[in-house]
Amino acid sequence: MTDKLKKEGKRILLTVILYFAILILDKTGVVPFVFENTWLSFFVYLIPYFICGWDVVRKALLGIKNRQPFDESFLMFVATIGAFVTGENSEAVAVMVFYQVGEWFQNFAVGRSRKSITELMEIAPEYADVERADGTVERVDPDDVQIGDILIIRPGEKIPVDAIVRSGDSMIDTAALTGESVPRSVHAGDQVISGCINGEGLLRAEAVKAYEDSTVAKILEMVEESSDKKSRTEQFITRFARVYTPIVVYAALALAVIPSIITGDPATWVYRACTFLVISCPCALVISVPLAFFGGIGAASRNGVLVKGSNYLELMAGLDTVVSDKTGTLTEGSFRVSAVEPAPGVEKSEVLRMAALAESMSTHPIAASIRQALEEEQPDALRGVSALEDTDNVSGQGLIAVSQGRKIYVGNDRLMEACGIAFQPAEDPAATVVYVAVGNAEKFSSAAASGPEGTSVSVSTQSTPGDGAAPGDGVAQTDTTNSAEDSVDGKSAISAGAGIRYLGSISIRDSVKKEARQAITDMKACGVRKVVMLTGDRKTVGEAVGKELGVDEVYSELLPQDKVARVEQMLQELRTDENAQSGRSDTQMNRSENPEKTGASAQAKKSENSGNASKKSENDAVRHALAFVGDGINDAPVLMRSDVGIAMGSMGSAAAIEAADVVIMDDDLRRIPMVIRIARRTVGISTQNIVFALAVKLLILVLGALGLAGMWAAVFADVGVACLCILNSMRLLQKRDYLA
Amino acid sequence: MKKKYKCEIDCAACAQKVENAVKKIDGVNDARVNFMMQKFTLDADDARYDDILQQCIKEGKKIEPDFKVEI
Repeated sequence: MTDKLKKEGKRILLTVILYFAILILDKTGVVPFVFENTWLSFFVYLIPYFICGWDVVRKALLGIKNRQPFDESFLMFVATIGAFVTGENSEAVAVMVFYQVGEWFQNFAVGRSRKSITELMEIAPEYADVERADGTVERVDPDDVQIGDILIIRPGEKIPVDAIVRSGDSMIDTAALTGESVPRSVHAGDQVISGCINGEGLLRAEAVKAYEDSTVAKILEMVEESSDKKSRTEQFITRFARVYTPIVVYAALALAVIPSIITGDPATWVYRACTFLVISCPCALVISVPLAFFGGIGAASRNGVLVKGSNYLELMAGLDTVVSDKTGTLTEGSFRVSAVEPAPGVEKSEVLRMAALAESMSTHPIAASIRQALEEEQPDALRGVSALEDTDNVSGQGLIAVSQGRKIYVGNDRLMEACGIAFQPAEDPAATVVYVAVGNAEKFSSAAASGPEGTSVSVSTQSTPGDGAAPGDGVAQTDTTNSAEDSVDGKSAISAGAGIRYLGSISIRDSVKKEARQAITDMKACGVRKVVMLTGDRKTVGEAVGKELGVDEVYSELLPQDKVARVEQMLQELRTDENAQSGRSDTQMNRSENPEKTGASAQAKKSENSGNASKKSENDAVRHALAFVGDGINDAPVLMRSDVGIAMGSMGSAAAIEAADVVIMDDDLRRIPMVIRIARRTVGISTQNIVFALAVKLLILVLGALGLAGMWAAVFADVGVACLCILNSMRLLQKRDYLA
Repeated sequence: MKKKYKCEIDCAACAQKVENAVKKIDGVNDARVNFMMQKFTLDADDARYDDILQQCIKEGKKIEPDFKVEI
């Protein structure tokens, strides 16, 4: 609680006590000479009125002066003046006092939510320790850290900027950023993310980004800006308040004047008009709805998901289609050799070794997986292997490498066909299959020599230096030693024509994330109608993975631009679909035809709001949204194009944080259904608030106009409802496990 | 130049009012008063930035006396 709030609280408490004291004196008639005198009574009541409400009066007058009179203060000012005029002194003060109580409570609640959001802000590092060239350590502001500076990060300290560890081992607590409670271990060479907390060990790390480009700065900026992007519900409320207040003021004026002329009883009608004004104050909605969204965004950030704006949270609540990238999103993105099928008479390790040798210069994940598999099989198989002499990348097929007089063919079925090599097709549809064959480096070598050449490598890998220097020798030697095997495999060798011997196939699979299936089931349970997978991978692979995960549709063999086109097409379908179904009854508010449905992206919708698009169409377009899930690295165009772009595993990727609307800090897919749950709860709570507040107000408004509800009921309708709505919104701030 | 300041503003409606008024000041490219975060963002011409900032604070105070900016 801030000092200001405390001071306000004391003042309000004082006036409440004073007010009730005066009220008791008045009603019990202990001091009749005061309260029987109209003027004296008026002045006595003015004391608590001004102690408590002078700022409201000032604001109202200021509003009139600035020609923006229609706000809460104005309503309260006019209503209380009206009550004083009609002689209802005690009620005039009551209205002011309870209005202030309500205001105070609102400030308190907003302060609480603000605090829970700023707790997240505590990820901001306060200082950085930089090691200078002479070995001294200087403490500087994180803003002043230069790229390349060596940072000293002690146990328990925050990492000031994104950096790469140069020395030291430690466990890093990333919970504040990712919601992941298990610390991550880091060693020299690993990248560490600003805002994380260093565990037990001392780290020396080199800054790779300036503070303002570091993850922590990006995140903070995003969270701060998230409340600027208003949801449609919030926009509706703001617009509603803007039209509503003047209407009510004029209605109250009419209520005060017209019946008074007809009945000739102005006091009653002015009083009723004032009651009308008090009820009409829209603050319950104006404060509780943004507060709900604010709380929702806060709840999401505590769980490692950054939502860039209330509008996106609202869209998440009504997701219809989730489109996901495959590699790295639904699958691990790390490849593993799942099967090796050698040709008859060939050793498994031999196939791997040949492939690994050919791919030894490659950093492609497939190459890495082959090397890893080989190492598992024979830990030092690659030791002493001489470098490749030449490689020829055959685009889209594989590569042909030359080493020590051999030509190694590593590639897919098309490469084998192109080189005229007979091969045994592997059967795993979900795997990428690499075929391996070996031939003589001399282009037109004889078929007889080439066969044993393949096996000769297995003998000579331990490295006979002469092998590389004089290929002819190697051939001659092995020719005799391995003649038996040659005859076994002669079939394929001969059929290859060019003297190439087929060694076998390696199947490599990208394993599906273990929580992916669960996440998809959960999404469906949260109301997602369709889950679609897009992949650049082969059809067989895509479909096999799709089946394993239980997605509804799979589109494979897509280039990046095809993905955009595909998403656009789905968006289009979704919009037409919606128009067709617009008569469907729904739980959300009222509905009507919505001219904006065809409006493309969320941003477009946001800016398109025409003034008279009433509340009816508001929540309509909110449903039927399309989200795209990707790793944010090469799918930025699709992320931008979809209604909600969700980037996964984005720790440290500023580009992904920028491109996406929702950023999932770790790569746990279950956070998607989790955000949907949070979003639905947020939208649910704000809808409850709207319905409840409007219903109570409408009821009291009618009763007030009929004279059945007095000022007290009006004060409740205003302050009471506002407090209840705020309390309702604050439910979102509770810590709660949304993952399950 | 765009800079962000901590500010004090009492209600969402007041923030909106101040924001609208400040945006109309000559030399202001964009301005934002964020009630929830209590942040004032001003994007204005470099040359007269400090002058414009002072003018914004003055204008804001006129509309909402409780508007304060920590520079």
